[in-house]
Amino acid sequence: MNKRIRTRSIITLGITVLSIILFAGIPPSVEGMKQRIRLGLDLRGGTQLVLQVQVDDALKATTDQTIEALRAQMEKDGITVRQFTRPANDTLEARGVDPAKDAAFRNLVDGSFADYEIVSSQGEVPNTYTLKMKARAADEYRLQAVDQALNTIENRVNALGVAEPVIQKRGGPTEHEIIVQFPGIDDPEYVKRIIGKPALLELKLVQGTSSYPTREAALQQYGGVLPPNLEVLESAKAENSGSKIYWIVNKVAGVTGRELKSAGVSRDENGRPAVSFNLNASGAAKFGRLTEENIGRLLAIVLDGQVESAPRLNSRITDNGIITGGGAGFAPEEARELVLVLKSGALPARMTTMQESVVGASLGADSIKNGLVASVVALVSVIAFVLFYYRASGINAMFAMLLNLIILFGAMAYLGATLTLPGIAGVILTIGMGIDSNVLIFERIREELRAGKTPMSAVSTSFSRVFITLVDTHLAALISATFLFLFGSGAVKGFAVTLVIGLISNMFTAVFVSRTLFEIVLSRKERAETLSI
Amino acid sequence: MFELFKGLQVDWLGKRKLFIAISMLLLLIGMVSLVLKGRFEYGTDFKGGTVVVVKFNETVDIGKVRDLLPQADIQTVQSSEGGSEFQIGLAKAVETEDESVGSEAVTTALNKAFAGKFRIESSESVSAKVGGDLRRQAVTATLYALAGILIYIAFRFEWIYGAAAVFAVFHDTLITLGFFSLFNYEINLTVIAALLTLVGYSVNDTIVIFDRVRENLKVRRKDDLEVILNDSINQTFSRTILTSALTFLTVIALFVFGGEIINNFAFAMVIGIIVGSYSSFAIAAPLVLIYSNLRKPKVAVNRR
Repeated sequence: MNKRIRTRSIITLGITVLSIILFAGIPPSVEGMKQRIRLGLDLRGGTQLVLQVQVDDALKATTDQTIEALRAQMEKDGITVRQFTRPANDTLEARGVDPAKDAAFRNLVDGSFADYEIVSSQGEVPNTYTLKMKARAADEYRLQAVDQALNTIENRVNALGVAEPVIQKRGGPTEHEIIVQFPGIDDPEYVKRIIGKPALLELKLVQGTSSYPTREAALQQYGGVLPPNLEVLESAKAENSGSKIYWIVNKVAGVTGRELKSAGVSRDENGRPAVSFNLNASGAAKFGRLTEENIGRLLAIVLDGQVESAPRLNSRITDNGIITGGGAGFAPEEARELVLVLKSGALPARMTTMQESVVGASLGADSIKNGLVASVVALVSVIAFVLFYYRASGINAMFAMLLNLIILFGAMAYLGATLTLPGIAGVILTIGMGIDSNVLIFERIREELRAGKTPMSAVSTSFSRVFITLVDTHLAALISATFLFLFGSGAVKGFAVTLVIGLISNMFTAVFVSRTLFEIVLSRKERAETLSI
Repeated sequence: MFELFKGLQVDWLGKRKLFIAISMLLLLIGMVSLVLKGRFEYGTDFKGGTVVVVKFNETVDIGKVRDLLPQADIQTVQSSEGGSEFQIGLAKAVETEDESVGSEAVTTALNKAFAGKFRIESSESVSAKVGGDLRRQAVTATLYALAGILIYIAFRFEWIYGAAAVFAVFHDTLITLGFFSLFNYEINLTVIAALLTLVGYSVNDTIVIFDRVRENLKVRRKDDLEVILNDSINQTFSRTILTSALTFLTVIALFVFGGEIINNFAFAMVIGIIVGSYSSFAIAAPLVLIYSNLRKPKVAVNRR
């Protein structure tokens, strides 16, 4: 055996052993394979959600906060204004600004509220300024909202203890989509409820001393039209009477969940489950001032725009409070869920589910079984054919194809690529591509032999000629597989991954390994005059 | 030595009119079917909506299942496994905010009569927007892949070879889609993956022939292009048929054993492998010849 063949054999053997270790571990075992080959949700069962963050919610919240900040600053600077409105999510209107303070107002906006610009200074009311959020600032807030949502979802999923979740942004920067995968969970409702809850906690002062049975009854207190700083909120749950009740509260929250330090399960005075919370330093300071100034009044505890309860303030409270479930009370799991979502922070915006797919574990197992059977049948029938058609050389092809599969799985394990059902189809097609390369070479060798060449020269001419063809066919296929990978999603991507890896490993096995095998066979014979092909 | 097609001497290019007629006929069949049906049968992932597969512990009457579901929304209810498994198609997807839709809607509805007696085997719910996005994405991926192949072949051979190969691939894709319409197979993301694999295979076949043409052209400068094309097809024909047959074997394995989910994929491959191999000698090669014949008279005039 000459040196060239020895080197080539060692390389081939090395890659084979390495690949086997990569996908089956040391020592190779089925258990090791299960650990190393990552299966997609369609094979192992699980849930995938595509959520779209309603980023305009975040703009609305920002604009609302800006109105409050602007109002406070104008008060401080002595600039009077009749009214603020928010005609659109990214637009606010200051109606009837003191004409004498025009310049001061403009300076204030330019200096301290640079995210907005004055787009008009006319309106129904004289001296009305319309401030619109700058496009760049709006985009920034939108992206922030997606990041924040991603973060919150991560916190919540981790708190739930889901194994190996995937939480990623999806699509372009204007899509605002998040993809969430939970392997092994085929009942998504619970998880969906947890990750989808905005969980914005607000503590708002109640106007008046009681609730109202209907929204209309509440509005009547103000002759049907509420002043702009107040709003009517309904209770989260029906009271003991069986229907919801309504409260008139301040629009601006005294303290929000953003200033929450921690939350935990506790009990209310009746021994029912409740949620206690602690505020951070700045929240505690605000809360202390708020409670001190309003002893005797009611404070609404508002979660996601609904009043959980409205206890009376009996004394100054600083850093802790309790949320009770109102008249009906919390169920124990409700209290636990609420603690979880409060701890993980509020979502900056609502989310809508754009796509949901669930695969039961048994269906996944069926798919694995079907895929395995199909692969084995494909492989065995192809091998049987090449052994019949190409006789001894068919053994070459068989080795090349098996090695191709071994490298394919080794590379997938190494790259951490996910094997999906379409991916299995990709594996089977790799078997097909592998056989094509071998057929191409063998047919050429036969042709050269017919033309009267010796086996040695027939093999070497064929390999060097066919090499060009193989490069062309594989590169063309690689180009299309790459585009599939880049622009495809889900099923298409899983397919492209195996195809790309398969094409590359096939190039190696067909050209390098198969040729080495031929050379080994030919070098063993005293005078290589015949070749079984 | 056991051999198929030994010393083949077929005048393929002489039959080009016949081949083109056959292709036209196949394209026409697909087109007529599509026009008559008005549209493709899209899968849930492309049109939006919800498909839920529910498994019951017992045999259940299909009418009863149907009655429980939200009436306005039902598109299909199919039973299998002797009436213990149902595939339920709903028009709406999860998108809508306050209503419970998707698998939740089915669970809620079935709980009214079968609480605890069924489980959701699988469910897929796609909003119309995402469906549209996915469809566009699939078309983009295909077009980019084709453009990439065109450029690569044009770079390695001549531009007409690239154009001929891509034209042949286009022809294969259209015929396969026609068959999908004809046999009422659904087009979904997996099928797109299959179509793109076909693109790969078909181009593969074409390149093998063109590569041989290039090789022969170098050695036999005096021969007519038509003769060289014919010889190249004949020389590679046993490879073309063998590979197709072997790939066919693997795809048949998928079709038979791969299970329901991969069925559409396998169907596309079964059709596509046949059409793809056929188009490489029946469409791509003749196109190169037709183009070169068009140019020849001009060259002659210039010489005079």
